[in-house]
Amino acid sequence: MTVGLLYDSTKCVGCNACSEACKEQNKLPGAVEDHPTAYTYTVVEDHNGANVRKLCMHCLVPTCASVCPVGALRKTPEGPVVYDSEKCMGCRYCMMACPFDVPKYQWDRAVPIVGKCIMCYDRVKEGQSTACATACAYGATVFGERNNLIMDARERIRANPSGYVDAVYGIKEAGGTGVLMLSAVPFGALGLKTNLTDDPPPMRTWQVLSKLPDFVTVWGTSLYAIHWITSRRDEVAKNERGE
Amino acid sequence: MDQRIKSDRYRVGFWSILCAIFTLAFLIITYLRFTRGLGAVTNLSDRFPWGLWIGFDLLCGVGLAAGAFTVTACVHLFNLKKFEPIVRPTILTGFLGYVFVVIALLLDLGQPWRIWHAIIYWNPHSVMFEVAWCVMLYTSVLALEFSPAVLERFGFHKISHLIHKLITPLVIIGVMLSTLHQSSLGSLYLIVPSKLHPLWYSQLLPLFFFTSAIGAGLGMVILESFLSGRAFGRHLEMDLLAPLGRPIVAVLGIYGLMRMQVIVRNGSYHDILNFTYEGRMFLLEFTIGVLAPVILLAIRKVRENPTGLVLGAFLAVMGFVVNRLNVSVTGMERAAGGHYVPSVMEVTVSVALVGIAMAVFALATRFLPIFPESKFTARKAKMPAPRLIPAEEGE
Repeated sequence: MTVGLLYDSTKCVGCNACSEACKEQNKLPGAVEDHPTAYTYTVVEDHNGANVRKLCMHCLVPTCASVCPVGALRKTPEGPVVYDSEKCMGCRYCMMACPFDVPKYQWDRAVPIVGKCIMCYDRVKEGQSTACATACAYGATVFGERNNLIMDARERIRANPSGYVDAVYGIKEAGGTGVLMLSAVPFGALGLKTNLTDDPPPMRTWQVLSKLPDFVTVWGTSLYAIHWITSRRDEVAKNERGE
Repeated sequence: MDQRIKSDRYRVGFWSILCAIFTLAFLIITYLRFTRGLGAVTNLSDRFPWGLWIGFDLLCGVGLAAGAFTVTACVHLFNLKKFEPIVRPTILTGFLGYVFVVIALLLDLGQPWRIWHAIIYWNPHSVMFEVAWCVMLYTSVLALEFSPAVLERFGFHKISHLIHKLITPLVIIGVMLSTLHQSSLGSLYLIVPSKLHPLWYSQLLPLFFFTSAIGAGLGMVILESFLSGRAFGRHLEMDLLAPLGRPIVAVLGIYGLMRMQVIVRNGSYHDILNFTYEGRMFLLEFTIGVLAPVILLAIRKVRENPTGLVLGAFLAVMGFVVNRLNVSVTGMERAAGGHYVPSVMEVTVSVALVGIAMAVFALATRFLPIFPESKFTARKAKMPAPRLIPAEEGE
């Protein structure tokens, strides 16, 4: 079972109740900022009159978890992608690699960590809904099982075909995401990434990394063989000269 | 010790003062960075989490150290013994290059005191995990490969002899780690197909990084021989260095053809034809880093002329630096929706590290048996030596 969130841009009024609830839940300092930062995990952005919520998409095959050298980021069996700040050494490869530019950094701190929505994992584990979905009075963000959310999203499009773009954002983007989005305007106009590959990015590095054991064996043996041949040739040449 | 320094007529010149100023600035910036955070000293941001310290210090520091494994492989594995005299200086360059990378990483990492986490928390799916291990292991291998120079200097001939005996496995391990490390820096960028501009993104990035590093690494061997040759007041060993021009032509030629093929296939040549920002930066990189050195060094007369050889090598190295900055900065700018220009303090740190590395190299060549001409190469290290350094070059 994988849980997720369905965000319906057409129902969102941009009140930022979700951001406030998120700040309280995660004990983040300061007021809600106008774009996501290490201290504001989620925020509603206005793109020419259309609202869009920015938050971690909780990929099915998360790029951040695959690139983290120390495994500080992890995909939980329930679905949320969580972060262990105690392991993180701050290489920021997750920020560079994330196809949705989600992880943010505490640039102003001497001992910085990454900030990122973890889909209220502590609540979700207990069977509760996330803080943002609970706070939303307009039903713009709903929490549930991903498969049910996809059916729900398709049902909304079927019921009101003129009100939506005929697609659910997050079904196949970067291999699929736990957070799904519906919109009345093309996703690109909301500032959502539209050039993402359908295959999860981690597959591209794994194609190389998975071959390393074979490579080390073959390359090491070949190098030794070259050394053996060249030094044997020298030896033979020396003996011939000596005789 | 004192007498030896005097005999070398060590003088405080322009370069030593400059180096001292930059070192001081480096220390101040390091203090600021660890008290006020990365944001206070760098132009890094959530949009550009990686900047000059990764693009230049890490990617170029490692790449330009590639001469070490190439030359050691030539001498110890391919038995091209005539290159023996340049082995030590290239290993020293490689070692200093890696130390330079580690220092830069300690500044760039958010919490560098946790760098050992890579040893205990494993994630074999991460290219960064591979990079971390390669840095650790290859720095150790380079230190071991270089240790005979230090051991001989202080009379530990037995240990030095032991390392001489282990040199073949050491070199093989070194070549393997280098192959992995050079290519893995390219693999780092395989994860961003939607962010890195198609002029640079390709599934072949690991191969591109590996081949271009060999070309630039050999270029560095020529350059450092030239620079230290000037310091020692001797001529370039043209009979040794000119033959290095040919593999540079071959390696960079193949690399250039592969790059062209990718660019034609994925249609990104439109950016070159339309002369976009990325197209211009690509042309700059490709002209000085591939076309110019390949053409120059392919001509026998140019290659066998000291000025021509050094110019070709210099261009190959500069083009390499532009390429790494293009991959890490230029190619990512469009996706990030903005430009990244390093802060003065970021540049200062990088310049200071290069300067410190060069100063250490110069000191090492003076006090350790590194070049064949060095007075310490002889078994009895206390022979009175003629003055090798012209006064005006003594930095």
